[in-house]
Amino acid sequence: MRIALFVTCLNDALFPQAGIATVTVLERLGHTVAFPAAQSCCGQMHANTGYAAPARQLERLTEDAFAGQDAIVSPSGSCVAHLRAHTALPVYELSELLVDVLGVTDVGATFPHRVTYHPTCHGLRMLRLGDRPTALLRAVRGLDLVDLPEPEQCCGFGGTFALKNAAVSGAMLADKCASAASTGAEYLAAADNSCLAHIGGGLARHPGAPKPIHYAEILAATGGIRE
Amino acid sequence: MNSPDHAAPGLPGLFAERAGDYRAGMHHCTEDELPGVLAGLLAAAAKVVLPPGVPAAWTSGLAVPTLLDDRGLTAADLDEAGLSVLTGCAVAVAETGTIVLDAGPGQGRRLLTLVPDHHVCVVRDEQIVADVPDMITALPDPTRPLTMISGPSATSDIELNRVEGVHGPRRLDIVCVHPAI
Amino acid sequence: MSRQLPIVAITPFPQAAAHELADTQLRANLGRATRTIRDKRARVVAEVADWEPMRDRAAAVKDEVLDNLDELLARFEAAAVAAGATVHHAADAARANAIVTELVQEQQADHVVKIKSMATQEIGLNEALEAAGITPIETDLAELIVQLADDTPSHILVPAIHYNRSQIRELFARRMPGFTATSDEPAVLAGAAREYLRRTFLAAKVAVCGANFAIAETGSLVIVESEGNGRMCLTLPETLIAVVGVEKLLPRFADLGDFLRLLPRSSTGERMNPYTSIFTGVTAGDGPQRLHIVLLDNGRTQVAQDPAGRAALRCIRCSACLNVCPVYERAGGHAYGSVYPGPIGAILSPQLTGQDAGFNKTLPFASTLCGACYDVCPVKINIPEILVHLRQTGPKPAAERAAMSTLSWVMRDRRRWRAALRAARSGSAPLRLIARRHGGTLRRAPWPLSAWTAHRDAPLPAAESFRDWWRRTHEQS
Repeated sequence: MRIALFVTCLNDALFPQAGIATVTVLERLGHTVAFPAAQSCCGQMHANTGYAAPARQLERLTEDAFAGQDAIVSPSGSCVAHLRAHTALPVYELSELLVDVLGVTDVGATFPHRVTYHPTCHGLRMLRLGDRPTALLRAVRGLDLVDLPEPEQCCGFGGTFALKNAAVSGAMLADKCASAASTGAEYLAAADNSCLAHIGGGLARHPGAPKPIHYAEILAATGGIRE
Repeated sequence: MNSPDHAAPGLPGLFAERAGDYRAGMHHCTEDELPGVLAGLLAAAAKVVLPPGVPAAWTSGLAVPTLLDDRGLTAADLDEAGLSVLTGCAVAVAETGTIVLDAGPGQGRRLLTLVPDHHVCVVRDEQIVADVPDMITALPDPTRPLTMISGPSATSDIELNRVEGVHGPRRLDIVCVHPAI
Repeated sequence: MSRQLPIVAITPFPQAAAHELADTQLRANLGRATRTIRDKRARVVAEVADWEPMRDRAAAVKDEVLDNLDELLARFEAAAVAAGATVHHAADAARANAIVTELVQEQQADHVVKIKSMATQEIGLNEALEAAGITPIETDLAELIVQLADDTPSHILVPAIHYNRSQIRELFARRMPGFTATSDEPAVLAGAAREYLRRTFLAAKVAVCGANFAIAETGSLVIVESEGNGRMCLTLPETLIAVVGVEKLLPRFADLGDFLRLLPRSSTGERMNPYTSIFTGVTAGDGPQRLHIVLLDNGRTQVAQDPAGRAALRCIRCSACLNVCPVYERAGGHAYGSVYPGPIGAILSPQLTGQDAGFNKTLPFASTLCGACYDVCPVKINIPEILVHLRQTGPKPAAERAAMSTLSWVMRDRRRWRAALRAARSGSAPLRLIARRHGGTLRRAPWPLSAWTAHRDAPLPAAESFRDWWRRTHEQS
């Protein structure tokens, strides 16, 4: 199957590993990935910060960049939710594409580590990803998935909320970091690098806390344990 | 007969379970046993307030004085210590354990079931409907003064600790009358 | 009335929230309270098989009300008047306060007993009555606590959640006539309030209430409560004055079937609240013989004109959105500066009084848009969507506006975007050396990113952007 990748502006600039991992997983499963170079940003940040006109321009740009594609995948729950609400593009979050469209839960990954999963608000409540991401993680060889306490609680990122309401955002982050640290996991995985940048930035200040990782990177991993 | 295993199955059983969840006192009997059960529940009352229309059989076993609301008892009259009030109800709701009074016969004016500290309410199996929407449509006249009661008065305003009995009756006893087997 | 209504934020939300966050007792109380109520709610909602279709029906009924407001108001008024009530119309808070004050003065009452009512809080009725020499006595236990403390409520449902038992005992000892108890057991404190208020109820000539629902078909008012103070106010005084927001209407009596299932489960997490009173006009020999209903607009018909924002008027004041909101849980109700706190307050206050009033414009930003509020709303108000709508229509800082349009201009062209990515990468190269010490993240960034690094490390632009990687690995052959 030919699948177009919407990598998102944030991943493009700051977290290319998530995009690379998405490509790696899909190619390993025998699919062809396209990367329309005209893409940049879906407009979510502009829209949610209160700028409707530039948001609409970016939504249109994304529609044009992906015109005619049958399936678009993105390793970002919040961007997928935004595009689904504001465009007619056939866009899937990575776990939706793998589980629902391609019918795969075992992507042939090996990751011999203890991992906890934060479902993120968009994954949980806008996209209703449910157990798709964790089903994929459970099928990873060597991976020990441990429950995150109060997983449904927002991490406090919220785009520019993290800057405009820094005190409340920091308090929410502290609670999320404490939950993550209590699991004893080596990695905290999630489906959105925006939340992960925020949580990871907090975890970096907790000695011994889990390291942030996009779950696509786990699905791409093959190193480590021998079967 | 006050044993819980006397409880009826189906809607009456659910009603008894749910009203009991609010810590209302739940009692079960047949029509023949009713006067005796009521006499027992009201034995400690100083007086028993009665709305007009309470069946004579309900009070036939009472050994304490009664106060019939036929000339407009005042709130001050009803504020006396040790008063209990005995009423029936218009309809009851199984799902939520709610009794509904509509000022009909045997229920009386709203203040009768409000000012006294103890309310005893008789509910017959055939008065129990499944859920709130059934109750709403079962009311004979929605423009009568309606009071829906789900357990005794309660507050959770102090540290979310539930305290039963603030302004309404602090004790609510519900007597479920089932058909004789 | 020149003073601002208590539905206007008088401090920017971020500042007010930061101040409240410092109160660790408040945070502990709020955390425990919201967690307890939301767990109870989740349990009783889960046992209702048709909860989701019921939410859809309730939303549709409320939208029907907003679509036919004038007609339904006329129907309600006709039915209520036919049943013996007197109906008044108040376009704004000042008019409503004046009507109520005059009605109380007509009865020559120097005090009134009150049932907890958001509408009367919204218009500042207590302050208006006091200014006219009339003492309003709040009879809901939590409202009484807040009133005795000269404080304001911090939660719609549990207004005194920011007080613990020893603070309440101390307050009662200081302010409640006849209080002698030495214990701070909740049952003892509630008992003291019962004794104090019982004397007050028996002597009261006038009561003031709001309404949870007003039925157009029958002219009935519906009051949902727990303690019985509502029943006292609705039954004992000779005169009852109800202040009812026009959006409280339901078209038909049968609509209560859904709404009386939705409200208690969403609000207190009970299958049904202890007492629900429904009354229609005046009943001879039973309850108040004079009933005045003040239908309050106060900005509502204007909000109803905005198709993108008017769903906020569906609100039945259950407060479920407060209990699930992570921002409310930490900031508390006072930070919103309005009698309507939490997510619903953040969309209601700016719509009712305008985003330019006070610091209302900061309220739509008091959210991470996490969506928990929308999930629990019994009338399906899409609060995140309305927050975004208000952000998009409200005033914004010029510097931010410029930054956003520059960013969007860069992002709209692939050459500009790639150049920006490369510039960011090379510009941040020196920072990467510093960041290496912390595993690749930046601990302290200059303004404006210092707001970020105050609480967390910042990521740096990647050494190779995704599109450069793609070109290197997939396009150079």
